[in-house]
Amino acid sequence: MKENNKTSRRDFLVSGLLAGAAITGCSKPNDFVQNQEVALTGEKVKLLSVEGEVIEIDKAYLKPVPNLPTITNEDERRGIPGKKFVMVIDLSRCKNLKKCQIACDKAHLINPGQNWLKIYPMQDSEHTAPYWQPTNCMHCDEPPCVKVCPVDATFKRQDGIVLIDNERCIGCRFCMAACPYSSRIFNWSGQDVPADIAALPYSCETSLPPKMGTVSKCDFCPDMNRKGELPHCVQACPNGVFIYGDMNTDIVSNGSETFRFSELIKEKAGYRLMEDLGTKPSVYYLPPVNRNFPFENGLENQSADDKLNTHKL
Amino acid sequence: MENSIRLSEEQITQDLLPQKFGKLGMIWVSILITICLVGVYAYYRQIRYGLGVTAMRDYVSWGIYISNFVFFVAISLVGSLITAIFRLSNVKWSTPLTRIAEIIAVSAIVFASIIIIVDMGRPERFTNLFLYGRLQSPIMWDVIVIGTYFFISILLLYFPLLPDLQILIKNKDKSGPKLNWLYRFQGSFWKGTPEQLKICNKAINTLSILIIPVAFTIHTVTSWLFATTYRPGWDSTNFGAYFISGAFLVGSGGVVVAMYVFHKFYHLEKYITDLHFDRMGRIVVLLSFLYLYFNVNEYLVPAFKMKKSEEDHLAELFSGDFSHMFWFAIFVGMIIPIIILLFKKGRKPLPMFIVGCMIVVGAWFKRYLIVTPTLLHPFLPMQDIPANFRHYFPSWEEWAITSGSLAGALLVITFFVRIYPIVPIYETITEQLESESHEN
Repeated sequence: MKENNKTSRRDFLVSGLLAGAAITGCSKPNDFVQNQEVALTGEKVKLLSVEGEVIEIDKAYLKPVPNLPTITNEDERRGIPGKKFVMVIDLSRCKNLKKCQIACDKAHLINPGQNWLKIYPMQDSEHTAPYWQPTNCMHCDEPPCVKVCPVDATFKRQDGIVLIDNERCIGCRFCMAACPYSSRIFNWSGQDVPADIAALPYSCETSLPPKMGTVSKCDFCPDMNRKGELPHCVQACPNGVFIYGDMNTDIVSNGSETFRFSELIKEKAGYRLMEDLGTKPSVYYLPPVNRNFPFENGLENQSADDKLNTHKL
Repeated sequence: MENSIRLSEEQITQDLLPQKFGKLGMIWVSILITICLVGVYAYYRQIRYGLGVTAMRDYVSWGIYISNFVFFVAISLVGSLITAIFRLSNVKWSTPLTRIAEIIAVSAIVFASIIIIVDMGRPERFTNLFLYGRLQSPIMWDVIVIGTYFFISILLLYFPLLPDLQILIKNKDKSGPKLNWLYRFQGSFWKGTPEQLKICNKAINTLSILIIPVAFTIHTVTSWLFATTYRPGWDSTNFGAYFISGAFLVGSGGVVVAMYVFHKFYHLEKYITDLHFDRMGRIVVLLSFLYLYFNVNEYLVPAFKMKKSEEDHLAELFSGDFSHMFWFAIFVGMIIPIIILLFKKGRKPLPMFIVGCMIVVGAWFKRYLIVTPTLLHPFLPMQDIPANFRHYFPSWEEWAITSGSLAGALLVITFFVRIYPIVPIYETITEQLESESHEN
């Protein structure tokens, strides 16, 4: 099933539908025909049975399987075996285009005014150079949010991802107070969700459908991972700022270029945010040197509410 | 001699039996019920439309619900001070105050639990705390110790009430059939035999010892809800002691206010005397100094260093948006009470009542200052958010729910006083007998 799920959710549902019909058709072929009174279309479809035989049935027998669950909550809590996901954010390439943010907000149905991914104008002190710093969840190895959660609604997976189970979250917001990176947002009043997404079974990996009264944050797109795709922000950035991958295989990519993670960090002197807090983030930054764009280019994208704010790291 | 004792015993009983609400009492109760009902309506709106009806947003994710919770937990600590600490250190004069302190403790801890559920985004998932509870979370510690504290406090209220229930049952013509049923239900097994008295005393002593560590724990754990995070203003090793000293102060302030009200409106001048006000005044001065000491530690030590992360937060408190409230809480909640109470005239009932009110109001705002300003100063600057995320002023629903919870706590105390004697009758009589036999 997982292998079928390569392109989009809609395709996935269609393939699930076919497979479901095939299983029903093969296990009880007689019931299948007898119990269903449908007008035959005459159009035949070839399906692969459980035994590996190719069988042919009329298209009219194909029925959609609604809300086919992808993977169990247990699997979602365990993570993808053998992986350790990391992200490298190259500050020398960012000019506050906000394409990452737009793609992320859209994919996760985030309410207007809230973001999982924020781009900060930073200036460490008066005489140092300003730069743009995209910040999402750091997926810390010592996550302060997970420590304080009273119900195990936010948890650390084997593959390094920190996720939230919105069906368990009680909405106490202790994790928001605990996170020093302000990466968590709360679903204060709910939102309008398109009917097809609202009908989906909830998944921690897609964080959909969104749940009112619970906390959400960047999930490192494990659903995209399972499909073998890069997270939405990585794909959306035209400048290749976000470089995402697996620490175990030591390969990270921004879609157009691929690097050895260890070499990239070594060559460009990668660092992590607020190292002194001991949170051990999975997100690394490359310093804003030899920049592709001057800082000022990004200013036009700053909203009126966010007039230049500079802050020390 | 025997006559005079019997007379005073009857008189004590007459004076201390619960009194029906007068006109003023009825007005008081109806105002409280109205405030509670408005709060219930506001909560209905919050359930229906989500926490979006509050002014809390992603940065200020805890608002007056949490500061009100801290306030309730703080004020409830006084039960352990007056009942347990005084009892174990053989302080006799506090007898008429024990029940006042204990009912304040019980009603405050009940409303602390209610208000924390009100703050939850998903109150219907409250049971998840028991289904999936993880012991490493300070919230679980709070759930455990608050539950324990509640049960010990209820027992410390109930056991000393048993001899009084017997007196109430004896005087059944003074109360209606419903109340009599309640008294009998709660205390008909009590015969006052020496055996029973012995068990009861032993139980109270055991509970008094037990409640002290539990009381210290509830407020220490409540302070850890903040101190276990990295945020400037919360990241402090001083927090447990700071919270406990503040809690004893606000609780004593609350007891002083209640003492004055009962002394004045229930005509208990013979039982809650100027001596009690004077003694409580001395205790309040001591506690104010103690709390002030912890405040100096909490604010001036970081201010001396002015680390970058602390600087914005402290500047906002000392001279920024929150400075009025900050200096109000410091002066009205600590310094002016100390000045007034250092004088003997300041420890008379009326000035004590005013000081008590100042301390309680100052303490409420102090809790607000502990919660909100810190959240407005995150490590990374506020960014990519609408303008209303940058400030916090509670919405009418938050005010209504908060006022409703405060009114509810007062209502519980008011009804308790209507049903049970607020000054222990039995203990007052025995202590009088003891002191008289001492004189003879």
